[in-house]
Amino acid sequence: MDLTYTPEQNAFRAEARSWLEASVPKEPLASFDTLEGFEAHREWEKKLHAGGFAMVPWPTEYGGRGADLLEWLIFEEEYYRAGAPGRVNQNGIFLLGPTIMEYGTPEQKARFLPKMASSEEVWAQGWSEPNAGSDMAAIQTTAIRDGDDYVINGQKTWASRGAYAHWLFGLFRTDPESSRHKGLTFVLVPMDTPGITVRPIEKINGKKAFAEVFFDDARVPVANRLGEEGAGWGVAMATAGFERGLMLRSPARFQSTAHRLVKLYRETVAAGGFVDSALRNRVTQCWIRAEAYALNTYQTVSRLLAGGKIGAEASLNKIFWSELDIEIHTVALALLESHGELLPSAPAAGNVGDWLEGYIFALAGPIYAGTNEIQRNIIAERILGLPRK
Amino acid sequence: MDFGFSEDQTLLQQTVRDFLEKECTPDAIRALWDRETGRSSELWAQLSAIGLPALLVPETYGGLGLDERDAVLALEETGRFALAEPIVTTAIVAAPLLCHLADTEHAAFAASWLERIAAGDARVAVASANQPLVSDAHVANLLLLSKGDRLYAANPDQVQLTPQPANDQSQRLFSVDWDAEKTLCLASGEDGLSLQAEMLDRGAFGCAAQLLGVADRLIEMGALYASQRKQFGVPVGSFQAVKHRLANAKVDLEYGRSIVHRSAHSVFTNSPSRSVDVSSAKGFIGEAARFAAGESLQVHGAIGYTYEQDLHIWMKRAWSLDLAFGSGAWHRARVGDALMDGGLSAPHFGYEPRDL
Ligand SMILES: Cc1cc2nc3c(=O)[nH]c(=O)nc-3n(C[C@H](O)[C@H](O)[C@H](O)COP(=O)(O)OP(=O)(O)OC[C@H]3O[C@@H](n4cnc5c(N)ncnc54)[C@H](O)[C@@H]3O)c2cc1C
Repeated sequence: MDLTYTPEQNAFRAEARSWLEASVPKEPLASFDTLEGFEAHREWEKKLHAGGFAMVPWPTEYGGRGADLLEWLIFEEEYYRAGAPGRVNQNGIFLLGPTIMEYGTPEQKARFLPKMASSEEVWAQGWSEPNAGSDMAAIQTTAIRDGDDYVINGQKTWASRGAYAHWLFGLFRTDPESSRHKGLTFVLVPMDTPGITVRPIEKINGKKAFAEVFFDDARVPVANRLGEEGAGWGVAMATAGFERGLMLRSPARFQSTAHRLVKLYRETVAAGGFVDSALRNRVTQCWIRAEAYALNTYQTVSRLLAGGKIGAEASLNKIFWSELDIEIHTVALALLESHGELLPSAPAAGNVGDWLEGYIFALAGPIYAGTNEIQRNIIAERILGLPRK
Repeated sequence: MDFGFSEDQTLLQQTVRDFLEKECTPDAIRALWDRETGRSSELWAQLSAIGLPALLVPETYGGLGLDERDAVLALEETGRFALAEPIVTTAIVAAPLLCHLADTEHAAFAASWLERIAAGDARVAVASANQPLVSDAHVANLLLLSKGDRLYAANPDQVQLTPQPANDQSQRLFSVDWDAEKTLCLASGEDGLSLQAEMLDRGAFGCAAQLLGVADRLIEMGALYASQRKQFGVPVGSFQAVKHRLANAKVDLEYGRSIVHRSAHSVFTNSPSRSVDVSSAKGFIGEAARFAAGESLQVHGAIGYTYEQDLHIWMKRAWSLDLAFGSGAWHRARVGDALMDGGLSAPHFGYEPRDL
C-alpha cells in the first residue's frame, strides 16, 4: 500500500488539467436529453477525442491513449474539477466499449470502438422490455436467424438517449423455444435499420430522456452479434459489471458534488440562512461517504491492476453511489429551503444552481442499472451466502 | 499509487486469525469475564509470542519493525475474535509514542519500555484527552496520562484506580487519580499537545480497525443463523426482509473498510490530514458496526437476545469500541468542523477542487 502518485501520474494529471482548462466550454451545454443538447455534447466529445482524452484507458488504435485504470481515475478527477460536460455516449464508452474489448472479434473492435470513442456513433442500451424489467431473463423480443441476418421483432423500452442515438446494443431471444437465461444473444443494432420505430418517452421533468424502440422485421447482419449465439446473458452480465462496478459513476462525480454541498452549507451559514446541527451532520456524512466511495474505487482498481476481477461486489457499489447521490441532493435542497423548489429561470433563483435537476436525476439511480432491491438480493445471496429459497 | 495489501500483510493477518480462532473462543472469553481482572497473562504471553504487541516496535528494541499498514489487518482479526487484551493501547498507541521520545532526555526510559513491550513483558494503558476513563489500567505496567498540555508516565503504584463497571464484560474501565507533581512528565507545551493528539488518533485508528472485524463477525453470525433457522418451512434467510437487512450492513462495512485502511496509511505517514482521516474512519465504522449489531440481532430473533447465545459478545464490543477514543458523534463533528470552519486539513482523496 502506497497512496502517493508517481511522478508519471502527476505529470499525466497536469497534462489533463491544462488541456481541460483550455478546452472545457465556458457555458454549460444544454441537457443531452434534448436534441440540441445531444448534438452539443457530441461536439464536445469530438473535441475531447481530438485532444486524445475521450477514453484514456483504451488502446491508442481505438482512439484511447493506453492509460491504466489509475490514470483513468486521475482523468476523471480532473474532468470533474474542470466542470466538464456529462458524457453523452456513456452507454457506449463505459459499458459497451469494455464489453467489446472482452468479447468482440478483431473486426468488431476495429469497426465499433474508434467511432464510439469519437461519438460519431452514440449508443443506447436496449435491455429492458415492458415485461422484462428487473426480471431481465423474461426478455421476449426475438432475433431469428435468416441466412446471414437476424430478423428482430418485439419491443425494447426505457433506452436512455434512445430518441437520438445511432446504435443500440441489446439482448434478444434467438431461440424462440428457449426460456429465461438461455437462448439470449447480444446483438448490435443500427437505429436506422428499416423496421425500427422509436418513440421518445418524457421523464418527470418533461425531457425526452429515454425511448421505446419497436422492431418490426428489422434485419441485422449476424456479424453484429457480440459473443456466441445463445451466450448473450453472460456477455450482458459483463456489461452490467462495468456499469455497476466501476466505470459508469466515477468517484470524482460525487466528491465534486459533496464539495459543492460543503460550499453551499458555508454560504448558507454566512448569509444567515437556517441550518441546524442535524443538517451540519448530514453534510459531513455526505462528504465522508463520497470519500469512502473514492477510496473503495481506488481499492477496486488496485485489485484489478493486480490481476483481480470485479464480481458481485459491483452490487455494493451501485447501492452506495446511488443512495449517496440522493442524500447529497436532498441535503442541498434542504439547505436552499424555500428556494429549493425554484427553477434556475425563476427571478429569485439566486444560488439554486442545478441542485433540483440533480436531485431529479439522482432519484433514478436506485432504479436503473438494476434496482437496488435486486442488488441487495445479489449481495445477500452471492456475498453473504443466504439461501435463494 | 497502490491501495492493495502485500502477501506478507495478508499472511500476518492469517497468522493472527489462526491463533485467535484457537485461543480466543467465546468460551475462553466468557471464562475471562469470571476472573477478577478479566485478563489473562498467559494469553498476553501467547500474543507476544506471535508478535502482536511488538508490531510497531523497531527491530533494534526486539520488535517486528512493521507499520500501521501491516497492523490494520491484524487488528481487524482481534476485533473478529473480540479479543479484550490491551493490544491497541500497547502496540498501536504506546509503542510509537515511546519511539518519539528516543531523541529526548527520556531516551533510556523509552528504550527500556519498548524492549519490555517487545518481550511481552508490559501492557500499557493510556488516557487521551477525549477519553476520561482508562481501560485496562488495572493490568497496566505503565500508564500514559494526559493533563493540560502535558503527557505523563505513571507506574502502577503512582495511581489510584476506581473501577467503573461497564456493560461490555470484556471492557475494564477505571477512573485514574494521580499526583502530577510526583509523576514523570514526558512532554509539555507544543510537544505534549502533539503527542496527546497522536495518542488520540492512534487509539481511534486502532479501535476503528478492530471494529471492522467486529462488524464482519456480526454480519457473518446473522447470515449463518438465518441460513439455518427455519420458519414457514424455509430458512428465514430466504426472506427478502431478512436478506436486505444484512446486505445493508454489508454495504456500510465494506465502505468503512476502505476508509479505515486509508487511515492506517495516514497514521503511518503522519499525513497532514491524519486527524480528519482517522475521524472519518472511526465515525463511519463505529456507526456501521452498531448498525450491524442491530440488524444481526433482529435476524436472530429472541435467541440473539439471550445471554447464552454469543451474539452479545460482539454487540457489546461494537458499542464499547464505538465509544473508545471518542464517540462516532465526536469524530464526525471533528470532520465537520474541519470542513465547515477550516482548521484541520481535510483534502479529498485524489480529487482537488478548483475553488476551495
Ligand atoms: C433514468 C432511467 C434510465 C434507464 N435507462 C435504461 C436504458 O438505457 N436501457 C435499458 O434497457 N433500461 C433502462 N432503464 C430501465 C431500468 O433498467 C429498469 O427500470 C429496471 O431494470 C427496473 O425495471 P422496472 O422499471 O420494470 O421495474 P420492476 O422490475 O417492475 O420493479 C418494480 C419494483 O419492484 C421491485 N422488484 C422487482 N423484482 C424484485 C425482486 N426480485 N426482489 C425485490 N424487489 C423487486 C423493484 O426493485 C422495484 O422497486 C432505465 C431506467 C431509468 C429510470
